[in-house]
Amino acid sequence: MTAEQTVLMDAAGVKRALTRIAHEILERNKGVADVVLIGIRSGGVFLAAGIAQQISVIEGGAVSVGAVDITLYRDDISGQLPHQAVGKTDIPFSLEGKKVILVDDVLFTGRTIRAAMDALMDHGRPQCIQLAVLIDRGHRELPIRADYVGRNVPTSLKENVRVVFDVNNQPIEVVLEK
Amino acid sequence: MAEFKHKHIIALRDLSKADIELLISTAESMREVNSRDIKKVPTLRGKTIINLFYEASTRTRTSFEIAGKRLSADTVNIAPSNSSATKGETLADTALNLLAMKPDIIVMRHAVSGSHYHLAKKVSCSIINAGDGAHEHPSQGLLDLLTMKERFGRLDGLKVAIVGDITHSRVARSNIQGLTKMGSSVFLAGPPTMMPPGVEKLGDVTVCANMKEAIQDADVVMMLRIQQERQGKTLMPNTREYSRYFGLNPENVKLAKPNAMLMHPGPINRGVEMSSQVVDGDQSWILKQVENGVAVRMSMLYHVCGGELE
Repeated sequence: MTAEQTVLMDAAGVKRALTRIAHEILERNKGVADVVLIGIRSGGVFLAAGIAQQISVIEGGAVSVGAVDITLYRDDISGQLPHQAVGKTDIPFSLEGKKVILVDDVLFTGRTIRAAMDALMDHGRPQCIQLAVLIDRGHRELPIRADYVGRNVPTSLKENVRVVFDVNNQPIEVVLEK
Repeated sequence: MAEFKHKHIIALRDLSKADIELLISTAESMREVNSRDIKKVPTLRGKTIINLFYEASTRTRTSFEIAGKRLSADTVNIAPSNSSATKGETLADTALNLLAMKPDIIVMRHAVSGSHYHLAKKVSCSIINAGDGAHEHPSQGLLDLLTMKERFGRLDGLKVAIVGDITHSRVARSNIQGLTKMGSSVFLAGPPTMMPPGVEKLGDVTVCANMKEAIQDADVVMMLRIQQERQGKTLMPNTREYSRYFGLNPENVKLAKPNAMLMHPGPINRGVEMSSQVVDGDQSWILKQVENGVAVRMSMLYHVCGGELE
């Protein structure tokens, strides 16, 4: 790795952030009734599982977790780059009338979130969509903001923020690359 | 991250194992779109796809049309009976005229083997082969691979028997190319008059003396249609005799592995290459093949629309 790296958050820090987000989700929605978590592939899916686990520890009940792949909904698909493989969207339950918590690892331009919301709408009409992200690094290009944020990290456009996962899809750390 | 770098899909012979894996993996994701209430994604919005079919087709043409529409592309069908080909226009002229209408993809079926390579040199859009003469039928080959992978979870190490008129079958050629690249073993059987010389040079391919030998312990038995429109009367005495030696029935199907999957590219001549009992039986995957055809064609349309880095 040639890029200069700074560790923004370690595994324990990520876990604390997810625990706090789990508490905030429960507080805002007054429990887990009708709440479902949908992670955006790939990092968001692992974080959604982490939040769901914390929620079950706090409330005792299980909350449904799904995954959404946004490749088919991207707005830069007509570009000159070869098309990437399409990941699987896996939402084995109806979203009709549900409170959907959309989970992503890093919130940046907001374009991924726009694509994910369009994808979710094709699966039914949720009661509402709330957004949970581990890192908000700014530089929004669309009018989108997160409801639950692990940490706000001011960045420059030249930098990159990455959440690193181990082979078991557990978060290890968050790094800032210059 | 795997990337698809071909502008055209004309033959599985031209694709690498990684290309085929990518097309199958994307098709597996496309199946999810086809299972929703809202079976449409905005991916190919604003793209125009022309289905140019010089030969009769219901399944393949409809499947490509549905695939394009589910990706939000605009699809237009052109059939020979109402095209200028009947007025004497050459393929190249037809293509240049269609090109003037700025399509992004032309999906073509043509009776002449290799005509797509000729067309690809003349046009700037992507070309997808929906069947050319006795050469290849790549979307059929890919959907067969997808269906086998769905059943077994892998393609490596499968024994696949292909029985029938190998000489005239573009389905057989695409399957041989795809299966051998993915690590399956192919066993062929058919009347000697319908077995092309040198076919065993295509890879892990064994030409069997009779049908029994080919389907013995097979994981997959793929029966081919007797193409009465492509052959003269000289290749076989009559369909009854063909059926006796090369037809699949409840008796000889027992030679294959228990619960072996039975496939057929359609349309079926019931009672000739397959008896009705096996066509409609529990081991038949024929309708699953058709279902997977839409997902595979969505994957092909999606990937050729990407930029090229050849």
